[in-house]
Amino acid sequence: MEIKKPAMAGTLESSDCQVTVEPGDGKIDFVLESAVINQYGNRIRKVIMETLKNLDIDNVRITVVDKGALDCTIKARVEGAVSRSTDQFENILWGGRRKS
Amino acid sequence: MNPNKKRLRRTMMFLNAQKPGLIKDPYIYKPDSIMLDLEDAVAENQKDAARFSLYHALQEIDYRGCERVVRINGLDTPYWKEDIRCAVAGGCDAIRIPKTERPEDIKAVEAEIQIAEEDFGIPQGRTLIMAAIESARGVVKALDVCEASDRLFGIALSGGDYTKDLQTYITGTGVELMGARQNLIIAARAAKIQCFDTVYTDLNDMEGFRRDVETIHLMGFDGKSIINPRQIPIVHDIFTPAQKNIIFAEKVVMEIEDKREKGIGVFIVDGKMIDIAFYDGAKRTIELAKASGVYKGGL
Repeated sequence: MEIKKPAMAGTLESSDCQVTVEPGDGKIDFVLESAVINQYGNRIRKVIMETLKNLDIDNVRITVVDKGALDCTIKARVEGAVSRSTDQFENILWGGRRKS
Repeated sequence: MNPNKKRLRRTMMFLNAQKPGLIKDPYIYKPDSIMLDLEDAVAENQKDAARFSLYHALQEIDYRGCERVVRINGLDTPYWKEDIRCAVAGGCDAIRIPKTERPEDIKAVEAEIQIAEEDFGIPQGRTLIMAAIESARGVVKALDVCEASDRLFGIALSGGDYTKDLQTYITGTGVELMGARQNLIIAARAAKIQCFDTVYTDLNDMEGFRRDVETIHLMGFDGKSIINPRQIPIVHDIFTPAQKNIIFAEKVVMEIEDKREKGIGVFIVDGKMIDIAFYDGAKRTIELAKASGVYKGGL
């Protein structure tokens, strides 16, 4: 999937995270800001990389400002930002499943 | 029949599906159901983001036995079909339809749920439906709505929009809701489904809230929509049978079964005249006590 334009999802409220995606320069550039970066930085990075892989995205600049989000929220905000970047709001393949 | 259709639903707590801080652990307050809202609580420009938040919460958070109901956007919006796809794919237990006025509304949602269950590999019939009645027309058509689908487990009054339609307002006395409440509970009982009351929005008036819950409990409602965890213990206290009532119900059931074999139709239990008409009510008290986790007897 191609990131077509800058887009953002999420907030800076507690338990949330704000994710911004922009068109990349041929690779994944990842910037993380979090109060718990020493404890959970690797974990957050892993969740984001897996989510991007599931979306088949390998060319993006992604900035994440974490406010103590659970994994499910991080995934939701990454997918939300990508959805806005690609203008896809309907017939989403929730969980990657589709009718066979 | 889906075994969850008749489950205990004393409290349904509204939560904005777009707010991670709200939906991450509401089970700690022990509501019977949570209502993950994609409709009024979610701003128009966050409808898309709320769905992603909802989907992953449904997939990953263990709500520890709380029923997970999703309120979709109205059938007059461009959002409701994708809301259903998202909620069903996530594995929600039920869909709440807002502003229901006609049996066709239920059938339209049912058809989309069926497609989504097929598309996402969810067992057919797993996803239940409840309908919110929010207008005078909806109240008048309540029985038709109640009988529109086998998936429908209940109807709920939504007082804010209903009173607007009636050209009045929420007074706190309940007088403006009397007709709707009475009509909805009668329609629900006629269709053998559950019935739920509207929210009580004044969180500074807990005495008024208690009176409101006592009223709808006496009217026959199964539970109440709530907006704050502080309201949960009050509803559960009122809707859970007291031990003295459970013990009396046990006596009634046992005596009726015993006297039936002996050919006796009318008799006395604890000074009260009892006949077969009391049987179903006594059984219901025991079933409610069991579902509420307070039954210690052997029936």
